Amino acid sequence: MKRVFGGYALFAVALAAIWAIEIFVIPNTDRYLTDMLLRVACTVISVIGLALVLGFTGQFSLGHAGFMAVGAYGSAILAMNYGVPFPVAVFLGGLMAALAGLAVGVPSLRLTGDYLAVVTLGFNQIIIVAVQNMPVLGGAQGLIGVPLETTFGWAFTWLLLGLAFLRNVLNSPQGRTFAAVRDNEIATRSLGIDTTRVKVTAFVIGAFWAGVSGALLAFKLSSIFPAQFETKISIELLAMVVLGGTGSLSGPVLSASILTLLPEVLRGLADYRMMFYALVLIVMMIVRPKGLLGSRELSDVIWAGFRRFVPAKA
Amino acid sequence: MTLFFQQLINGLSLGAIYALIALGYTMVYGTLQLINFAHSEVFMMGAFAALLFSGAMGYEDGAGVIPAILVALVAMGSCAVLGMTIERLAYRPMRNSSRLNMLITAIGVSIFLQNLALKLWGTNLAFPDLIPKTNWNVLGVNVASNSVLVLGVTLVLMVLLTWVVERTKIGLSMRAVSHSRETAALMGIPVDRTISFTFALGSALAGPGPFLFLLRAPQVDPQMGAGPGLKAFVAAVLGGIGSVPGAVAGALVLGLSETFVSGYLSSTWRDAVAFCVLILILLYKPSGLFGKNTVEKV
Repeated sequence: MKRVFGGYALFAVALAAIWAIEIFVIPNTDRYLTDMLLRVACTVISVIGLALVLGFTGQFSLGHAGFMAVGAYGSAILAMNYGVPFPVAVFLGGLMAALAGLAVGVPSLRLTGDYLAVVTLGFNQIIIVAVQNMPVLGGAQGLIGVPLETTFGWAFTWLLLGLAFLRNVLNSPQGRTFAAVRDNEIATRSLGIDTTRVKVTAFVIGAFWAGVSGALLAFKLSSIFPAQFETKISIELLAMVVLGGTGSLSGPVLSASILTLLPEVLRGLADYRMMFYALVLIVMMIVRPKGLLGSRELSDVIWAGFRRFVPAKA
Repeated sequence: MTLFFQQLINGLSLGAIYALIALGYTMVYGTLQLINFAHSEVFMMGAFAALLFSGAMGYEDGAGVIPAILVALVAMGSCAVLGMTIERLAYRPMRNSSRLNMLITAIGVSIFLQNLALKLWGTNLAFPDLIPKTNWNVLGVNVASNSVLVLGVTLVLMVLLTWVVERTKIGLSMRAVSHSRETAALMGIPVDRTISFTFALGSALAGPGPFLFLLRAPQVDPQMGAGPGLKAFVAAVLGGIGSVPGAVAGALVLGLSETFVSGYLSSTWRDAVAFCVLILILLYKPSGLFGKNTVEKV
């Protein structure tokens, strides 16, 4: 009981803090800094979706950016052509991506490993080509004039919702089956669990958050282009999950924030910054093969650190 | 019917280029179970090597066949050295870590090489037409000399590769290592050297790839590897990744479906239809055209 109540209280406090910052701090904050924070939030929302698919369920998806495209274009069209209000459009963008996830997931999740990767990659390419060829969506020139509605408050509210949702899902009995499928699919199936269903569920949830992220991105940038959702982006998202630690939620949150900010921080290196970024990736993989946090959560790490200084009473 | 044969020839020559790159993916996958995302950048670096070499030698348009062969050999050599260097520096320290980690390392190497080339040489450099282009008219079908050249070079390299893999001692070790690394090591096969050689061979095959690709679109660019690299990777998986004949078959299927779609349907939807074909084939044959059906064991 205490846990449940504690969870809600924490959620309420965090939500209040986000909107307090939105109202009192953001108007006095540098535009550049706010912009960076929004970019981090959008990336993190997408990455936690992929963390569920790749990190917890072990399914290798190279099409995550494709679902972001579905959410971005879907919500932008709803808002611009049908006057759907922004928060609803974001939610519907997520739902559309989830539907796309269902459509891709049901036939393709029978495949394993690299074959699944190629099918999801192919899906991503198909989405890009489709968008490029649809004048309604602005084609290769991009869709311009999406209302600028993504504010700090909304972006972080969605982020908070995403984290809370995934945390609850992962702590539920259903959530345990995700990790079971990742660790040993055959053993899971022999326990009478429909593993395809588990994988499709993970895929659909992951796609939903990718869609929400894409929608927030569209309303933040005001103009969206097919190139923003290419396979390259899917690969970058994948790198963030692995670098954060597969089987951890806060790890990918951490690494996504760091990797989004890193090119900005390295701006002083000018032309060399992307080379440095690549070296950081390689060195991290050699030095910390399990990612930043491995399969632990940030709270475990902080708690363990705290216990080293304040031993529990025997 | 003329259009059909026209597209057939175009498709075969496009497929041949994909096949050369796909072989590099599939050979590395066969030994390390690694999708070597940096392979498309090896391809790109090969193009830069070809460009720099022709610049240094002062080759211009219509330099002739001998310079073209020299340029191709230099490109192959540079790719082989680059492939071995990448393996030694980035992949060998990761040999025993998980496949995902190696994959991320490969992505890192790929980003690194792209930006290195961008910094060193810049974008959109023109490549000279070393061999003058001609078109032959065979029974009403327009056959470009370039397509014939591409097909010819690919065929020769395939024969050479098959000979190396099937008939030589190092080829035998390669097959042994890809079968089981541990057992191969116990049998006294120098595993590290064999893997190094696999990288050299796979990368060298991508060497003439950009050179042939440049016959179609003579622009050297740090981003040029991404497109063909992705297609070749898809071709390798389509054929059943790890299988050498599979990579060639997959590449031809992909090349042909691309050219036939742009010939008969729409050139802008080309890639989308090619990927739909790919997905349909994989759904029907989940381990690729030539892939072995794996039996699940508990």
